Amino acid sequence: MLNPFRGFGAVFYKETLHVRRDFATLFFSLIIPILQMFLLGYGIDTNIRQINTVVYNADGRRESRELLDRLRNSDTFHIYRYVNNDHDLNDAIVSGKCRVGIKIPVDYSDKLIHQMPAQVLVLIDGSDSSVAGQAINVSTAIGLDESLRRVLASTDSAFAVNMRPKILFNPDSRSPNFFLPGLTAVLLLNVTTFLTAFSIVREKERGTLEQLFVTPVRPMGLLLGKLLPYLGIGFFELLMIVTAMRFLFRVPIHGNVFLLAFLSLPYIFVSLSLGILISSKATSQAHAMQLAFLTILPSIFFSGYIFPRETMPKFFYVISYFVPATYFINITRGIILRGAGLVHLWADALALFTMGSLLLIIAARRFHDKVITA
Amino acid sequence: MPASDTTPAITAQHLVRRFGDFTAVNDVSFTVQKGEIFGFLGPNGSGKTTVIKMLTGLLPLSGGDASVQGIDVRKDPETVRENIGYMSQNFSLYSDLTVEENLTFYGRIYGLDERNLRRRIDDIVQLNGLGPYYKRLSAQLSGGWKQRLALGCAMLHEPKLIFLDEPTAGIDPVARRQLWDLLFDLSAHGITFFVTTHYMDEAERCSHVAYIYFGKVIADGTPDDLRQLPEVNPPGTYRVEISAPHVTQALRAARTIRGIRSATIFGQSIHALIDDNLDLGHLREQLEQQTIHVAEIRPLAPSLEDVFVELTFRHQALQAKEPAVAPEAPHA
Repeated sequence: MLNPFRGFGAVFYKETLHVRRDFATLFFSLIIPILQMFLLGYGIDTNIRQINTVVYNADGRRESRELLDRLRNSDTFHIYRYVNNDHDLNDAIVSGKCRVGIKIPVDYSDKLIHQMPAQVLVLIDGSDSSVAGQAINVSTAIGLDESLRRVLASTDSAFAVNMRPKILFNPDSRSPNFFLPGLTAVLLLNVTTFLTAFSIVREKERGTLEQLFVTPVRPMGLLLGKLLPYLGIGFFELLMIVTAMRFLFRVPIHGNVFLLAFLSLPYIFVSLSLGILISSKATSQAHAMQLAFLTILPSIFFSGYIFPRETMPKFFYVISYFVPATYFINITRGIILRGAGLVHLWADALALFTMGSLLLIIAARRFHDKVITA
Repeated sequence: MPASDTTPAITAQHLVRRFGDFTAVNDVSFTVQKGEIFGFLGPNGSGKTTVIKMLTGLLPLSGGDASVQGIDVRKDPETVRENIGYMSQNFSLYSDLTVEENLTFYGRIYGLDERNLRRRIDDIVQLNGLGPYYKRLSAQLSGGWKQRLALGCAMLHEPKLIFLDEPTAGIDPVARRQLWDLLFDLSAHGITFFVTTHYMDEAERCSHVAYIYFGKVIADGTPDDLRQLPEVNPPGTYRVEISAPHVTQALRAARTIRGIRSATIFGQSIHALIDDNLDLGHLREQLEQQTIHVAEIRPLAPSLEDVFVELTFRHQALQAKEPAVAPEAPHA
C-alpha cells in the first residue's frame, strides 16, 4: 500500500518551477561549461612541441650545424638562444628561460671526420617530467639516427629493421580530439553535482524541509522528484558540449552519436545522485559548495582524463574505479575516438547506473532515519 | 482502526524523549478532544516543538504512547501524516512560487486529483481571502498573508486536526486577531487545533491549555479550571491589582509589606497575592507611608499568566528540594 515514490509528481512540478524562476542561475550553469570548453580546447595542447633550447656550439663547423638543423627540424626543440660559455648555458636553464641546453664540444667535427665517437652534452630541466621525457626521447633518437646513417653510409647497406608505426585513432595527434571527450565528463559536473548539491540544503535553510517531512511524501519520491528535472538539464548540456566539440572543434565522432547520448544518462544520473547525497549531508549552501568542489579534482586526476590510470600507484588505481568520471571518459573516448559500440561499453554504463542507485539509496536512508532535523 | 466521534483527537501518555543524556520531554500526558483549540504553552526550549515532532511521527518516542486521530503514532506515522495538517514557525512557503503554485504543490503532495485540487484551492482562497494575491509570488506577501497561505497549504487535504507551531510569531496584531477569528470559524466546523504560543492573550482564547516547563506538563485544563487551581489560590489569600504611576518603586515597597506573599509587575500595575487579613485600605495606607502614590487598588481574578508564573515558581522550588534526576540543561 505504501508507495515508496509518493510525492514524486508534486516535487517534480515544484522543482521545475524553481528552475524556471531562477533562469539566471540556469543560464550561467549552462554557459560556463561551454566557455571553459573554449578556453581549454583552444588553450591546451597536450603534444610537447618547440621546447625552448639554449645552444653552446663550441665547434661551429658544418657537422655541428647539421646536427643543430636536425634538432630544430624535429619540431621538438626551438633554439631560443646561442651562448658562448658553460656559465651562460647553465644560467639559461636555471633562470627557467630554457628547458634544454645543448653543448657541442670544440672537437665534435674532428672526431667525426676521424671516425671516432663524438659526444654531445644535453642538459634537461627535469621539473616537468613529460617535457623532460620528450626531450630525452627525441635527442636520443636523433643521435642514434645520426650514428646509424654514418655507419651505414660507410658500409653501404640498408636498415635491417624498419619500424613503421601507424596511429589508428587520432592519427595526427590533434589535442582537442583527445582532450575534449574527457573534458566533457568534468564539465558536466557543473550542471549536475553542483546544481543538486544545493537542492536539499536550500530547503533545510528555508525550513521547508521540515514541512515536507510532516507530509506523506516519501524519501525516494522527494529525491527523484528533485533529481529528474536536472537530468533533463544535464542532458541538454551534454548535447551542447558534443555539438560544440563536433562542429567548432571539428573532433570527428567515429561511433554512434545516439549511443553516446544514451550512455551519458547513467553518468548524469550518478553525478546528480552525488549532489543529492552531498546536499543531505551539508548544513549550509556554502558547505555544500565546498563538498561539491571536492568531487572535481578526483574526476580530473583519478579518472584517466589527464594521467593514464595504468601508471597510477596500486592504491590510486583502485580508487579510480570509484570515480564515476573514469567510466564516462572510457565511454566518450570509446565512442568518439575509437568508434566503440554498446558491446564494448555496456559494463561501464552498468557500473555508473549501479553507483548512482547506491548513492541515491544512501541519501534516502538518511531521510528515513530523520537525521536531518532543522 | 477508524476513529469514532468520541475518540480524542490526540492522546499522549507518558511521552518521553531523550537526546543523549538530556531529557527534553519527561513523562508528558494529555488528551485533546475533537473540536478543541488546544493551546500548548511554555517558555522557549521547554519541549513544545519536540512534542509536536513526536506527535507527527518525525521523532521516535523514547517512551510512552501517542495516538493521533485514533492512529498509533509508533505503528503508523505515515497514516498519521496523511490525516493532519502542520504549519511551522517560519510558514515554510516557497518564496519563488506564487500563491497558486504553493497551494498546488501541497495539494499534489497529499495526492489530491486535479478536480479535487481545483475545488479545494478555490475553497481555501475564498475562506482565507487570498483571491487578490493568487498570482503573486509568496515572497511579496506580508507576514499576515504568508501565514494565511501557510495555513491554507496545511488544510488543503481537509485534515480534521491541524498543528500550528507558533503561528503568530512575528506578525502584526491585526493579522494575529484575524488569524484567531479564522481559527474559531474552522473550529466551529469541527476542526481540532493544536497551537503553541508565547502570547497569554492567545492562551486565554483557547478552549483547553497545557503548560509545559522544562519537559514536564505542570498545568492542564480549561483556562477557567486553571484560574481556580488551589495552588494558584491558596486558602486565606486573594489577589489584587495595584495601579501606581511609579511601578518599580511601588513593587520594591510592596515586597517589604507583611502579608504580601508575592508581587509581580504587569504593565503599569502590580499583581499581588496577599493574605486575607490584610484589607485593601490597610494596604494602601502602608504603601503611602513609604511615599508611594497609589492610583487604585482592586481585587483581581488570577490571569493565566498569574497561573503559569505561580506554577513555575512552585515547580522550581520543588525541584530545588529534590536532587535533579536528569541534568536540566536548556534544550538547544
